Amino acid sequence: MSVDLIAAVITAMTLAATPLLLAAIGELVTEKAGVLNLGAEGMMLIGAVVGFGAASLSGSAAVGIAAALLAGMAMALLFALLALTLLANQVATGLALTILGVGLSALIGKPFVGTPLPRLPQLNVPGLSDLPFFGPVFFAHDFLVYASIAAVFGVHWFLEKSRWGLVLRAVGESHDSAHAIGYPVIAIRYAATIFGGAFAGLGGAFLSLAYTPMWAENMTAGRGWIALALVVFATWRPFRALAGAYIFGGVTIAQLHLQGHGFDVPSQFLSMLPYLATILVLALISRDATRIRLNTPACLGLPFKPAQ
Amino acid sequence: MLKTLVKLASAAVATALVASTALAQDKLKVGFVYVGPVSDHGWTYEHDLGRKAIEKAFPGRVETSFVENVPEGADAERVIAQLAQTGHGLIFTTSFGFMNPTLKVAERFPRVKFEHATGYKQTPNVATYAARFYEGRHVIGLIAGKMTKTGIVGYVASIPIPEVVSGVNAFTLALRSQRPDAQVKVVWVNSWYDPGKEAAAAKALLDQGADVIVQHTDSPAPVQQAEQRGAYAFGQASDMQRFGPKAHLTSIVDDWSGYYVARTKAALEKTWKSGDVWGGFDSGMVKLSSYNAAIPADVVAMAETARKEIIEKKRHPFTGPMKDQSGKEVLAAGKRLEDKDILTMNYFIEGVQGQIPK
Repeated sequence: MSVDLIAAVITAMTLAATPLLLAAIGELVTEKAGVLNLGAEGMMLIGAVVGFGAASLSGSAAVGIAAALLAGMAMALLFALLALTLLANQVATGLALTILGVGLSALIGKPFVGTPLPRLPQLNVPGLSDLPFFGPVFFAHDFLVYASIAAVFGVHWFLEKSRWGLVLRAVGESHDSAHAIGYPVIAIRYAATIFGGAFAGLGGAFLSLAYTPMWAENMTAGRGWIALALVVFATWRPFRALAGAYIFGGVTIAQLHLQGHGFDVPSQFLSMLPYLATILVLALISRDATRIRLNTPACLGLPFKPAQ
Repeated sequence: MLKTLVKLASAAVATALVASTALAQDKLKVGFVYVGPVSDHGWTYEHDLGRKAIEKAFPGRVETSFVENVPEGADAERVIAQLAQTGHGLIFTTSFGFMNPTLKVAERFPRVKFEHATGYKQTPNVATYAARFYEGRHVIGLIAGKMTKTGIVGYVASIPIPEVVSGVNAFTLALRSQRPDAQVKVVWVNSWYDPGKEAAAAKALLDQGADVIVQHTDSPAPVQQAEQRGAYAFGQASDMQRFGPKAHLTSIVDDWSGYYVARTKAALEKTWKSGDVWGGFDSGMVKLSSYNAAIPADVVAMAETARKEIIEKKRHPFTGPMKDQSGKEVLAAGKRLEDKDILTMNYFIEGVQGQIPK
């Protein structure tokens, strides 16, 4: 394998991992607050179509990204209204959000089908991106790639080191206790859910603006569900979600390369490999049952109605 | 109260049914069942253009309707039966997986005419039709042989069925007639439609040295990747030129309009008969979109000659000698492959790198 090919594989892996990572890191925060939003796929689709539409109407990728962020937040707000204020079942509401997202994005996207879009400008660091190997691998990506990595560090710091991160975790562990101490449980859960929606929207926008700059119905093709699974297998820890997303992206790309080399293994097996490898690795690194229990938000998916 | 409501509702449904039957006597209702969205810009999109062509060809005499995103399975039967019940006289079911549901419904509605795309079972009121896509693959193979510099062509393949396999082989045979040392790298994405995965597959192939990308999947993502990397690409099912103005050399376009209009005409004139049509360039079912200006004039001339010779039956994409991947001869020099051997093709020929998933 030549150095160039390795660099190409790593670059492709980064691109494949980024939409998963963005959606997963948002969902991680939502779930840490005790809210189970299964609507990631729907929020990603809405983010993808709104981001694409805004970018193609305004001609600016930045406007597209901002619009996708807001659209994801709006979808999450809808979920929060139903599940947190009206106390609808969170699992059912999340599934409904996905179904709504699939249909609504197709409807919004009608006028944009078949229109191409110039690719998101890359953040080329002058000088650095021309370096052999390190240039393409580290310094020639789209803005959202760096944003996703920064978000992992940011979320880790927020959850582990900041006061409000502690409060958010407390709300997820025991909403009754948090409420008794006087924290606004519902408001915090709203914020966490909307944060999750924003990042799912960004994940969708990465697909429609950077990865394959176009709008196509159902273009997320199940990535929202993979992001949800990553959160669980990463036992709600940001750096493990990062590892999971990159393993998944890496094996996805590697299996395509193996096929191109005429590797004699059924391609269905190779297509399965990313799922298998990711589950295996994440299950191994977090095999300590006690720690899993400690990391799982105890109130995940449970409704909260403050006592009168 | 509830009973009254139910009675009222069923009366309303009955009235609606009667109304639509009355209408059907004046006009021929033509129904379409699609497997994907009409906006996929590939397979279903082209079928819907065919539906619009019917409306245009018989103004006032036909009424068309369609149901999109119908999953292949139990739901399909329900949808097809629904169309038959609501007075449709001619129903097109446009995906391979609709075969058994179509046959079942057809048995229950002997007076309704059915047309099933890409299937192989016919009955007196179920006709089948498909297109010889491999003829298009032959012509783009010739062009690719002249345009590739590295001699490596990347092929983004969907699902391992004979239609896709014969496409890879027709392409490779033509490619190597122009460039004997050329190799075709095949990557299966195991999906007809997943833009992200198609893009990743194209990227992997480009990273492995391919400078021409061919696809047998439905989204324009591979063409887009080729454009970004300054490579060439061929589109699939419908014209994908605007997704890669520089990269896109031409697309194999499925054009069902002619067939759909002809069959509707037959149904209107009561001359419709069941049958099996497998049309190619000659019938207009397979077309090539406009050639990119980057293709030299002599190569365009060669491609056009090949297309005409296929129409005149002077040329056949599968003409021997042809060897399989192990080097064993599967077709003797000068011999042509028969239709049944193309329809059941399950091996790759020499020059293809990659395996058919078993």
